[in-house]
Amino acid sequence: MDILYLLIPGSALLVLAILALFAWALRGGQFDDLDREGERILEVSIDADQASTRLPPEE
Amino acid sequence: MSVATAAGREPVYSDDPVRWFALAAVLWGVVGMLVGVIIAAQLAWPELNLGIPWLSYGRLRPLHTNAVIFAFGGSALFATSYHVVQRTCQTRLFAPALAMFTFWGWQVVIVLAAVTLPLGITSGKEYAELEWPIDLLIAVVWVAYAVVFFGTIGIRKVRHIYVANWFFGAFILAVALLHIVNSAAMPVSLTKSYSAYAGVQDAMVQWWYGHNAVGFFLTAGFLGMMYYYIPKQAERPVYSYRLSIVHFWALIFTYMWAGPHHLHYTALPDWAQSVGMVFSLVLLAPSWGGMINGIMTLSGAWHKLRDDPILKFLIVSLSFYGMSTFEGPMMSIKTVNALSHYTDWTVGHVHSGALGWVGLISMGCLYHLIPRMYGRTEMYSKRAIELHFWIATIGIVLYIAAMWIAGVMQGLMWRAVNPDGTLVYSFVESVKATFPFYVIRLGGGLLYLTGMCIMAWNVVMTVARGEARAVAIPPLRAAHA
Repeated sequence: MDILYLLIPGSALLVLAILALFAWALRGGQFDDLDREGERILEVSIDADQASTRLPPEE
Repeated sequence: MSVATAAGREPVYSDDPVRWFALAAVLWGVVGMLVGVIIAAQLAWPELNLGIPWLSYGRLRPLHTNAVIFAFGGSALFATSYHVVQRTCQTRLFAPALAMFTFWGWQVVIVLAAVTLPLGITSGKEYAELEWPIDLLIAVVWVAYAVVFFGTIGIRKVRHIYVANWFFGAFILAVALLHIVNSAAMPVSLTKSYSAYAGVQDAMVQWWYGHNAVGFFLTAGFLGMMYYYIPKQAERPVYSYRLSIVHFWALIFTYMWAGPHHLHYTALPDWAQSVGMVFSLVLLAPSWGGMINGIMTLSGAWHKLRDDPILKFLIVSLSFYGMSTFEGPMMSIKTVNALSHYTDWTVGHVHSGALGWVGLISMGCLYHLIPRMYGRTEMYSKRAIELHFWIATIGIVLYIAAMWIAGVMQGLMWRAVNPDGTLVYSFVESVKATFPFYVIRLGGGLLYLTGMCIMAWNVVMTVARGEARAVAIPPLRAAHA
């Protein structure tokens, strides 16, 4: 099962890369103020369609 | 605050790649499903192979799988990821010319597939049949895709990266890794190469690829679609933004280890099979996290389902997603797999995910996206969307039910032994017994194709009455994270 010499170190590297990415996101403030982020894509009329705006713009 | 119209020097989104890919998705959907119907008919009536090598089942089957996954599904992913990344980052695409290159490059890949596969030029690796020159082109296009997508995230005007983009980003990076590793081969001529791996090692790499193609191409990518278009269509935010982040990380971690469940009771070491089984079972949780999050987004707005056929597509797709991500883990259990492997139950499972989840979510998202790419808010005919929904859903149910019955029947027939240890049935008897289910499945597939043709008509009518206008990027408000 020689392929394991490729797959296992490769997977370990991948896990490290994923952890690094997560740490970057955490430190970069990606997980701050999560409650607002879901709403954000509805706040602004970011399509051509004005009717898709659900909430009034924030003051 | 007012939204600037596209006049003078306001910055505009780069929607040409979005438009082109969206229309290509509809075209390849019809083509890929048509090939599917042809091969379904050939399984029921082998005379339909017509004695012509390039119309034979063995060569058309990979044409079908490549067309529906990469041409249809791929184009839908390109279109929606380019659309979503711009809207959620509030910036135009990084390198729009490179994005148009990915469009043309991808279409060349598709055409080359359509030519080489019927000619019998194949590497024989499932969902990775294309030979090495095309694999190289795919790699080039994919690198360009990554540059455009991550470049756009890099120049974003909004600090937060909306959750859909995490799913798209994971899909793009994972597919790059999978493609490069699995397609590693030694070319011996322009049309022939040998895999860098051999025997059971190749099988392991192949199904590490194959299952992650499902997990990242067909799941993560389309969840990215789901997380943008369901909130937009329902005019409600994602049910739990926290849950979306948690299940994202759980999903991308767990999927990588599920591949061995394709190799139960083969030469793959027992412990590797067990790893695959356990992680496949664990995978049920993050998958259902996504399903629940998407469906519950309609909490407080269920009445919208009554009148909005696009929402029907989006929500029902998640139901099929939940069903498939329950069925999959069940089929990953070794004792269950001992019955289901090599039967049509696997085909039924694949198609409940493909037609039910991937197909319906793509259709729903494209129905939302396409009018908006042509200056309209709705498709030409809402009734045609409704009709499409019901025809497609009935088609899916017929398809799945026929394959379930056929699959379990095959599994039971193959393992039936007489008291003296001999087999009760010969293999060909199970083939004969499957015939009526092949016909029913063909009927289900025909309905699904019909629905796709209705969609194509609706899209043509919508585009003909619309106008490809540039969409201005609205100015950002002062107070934002």
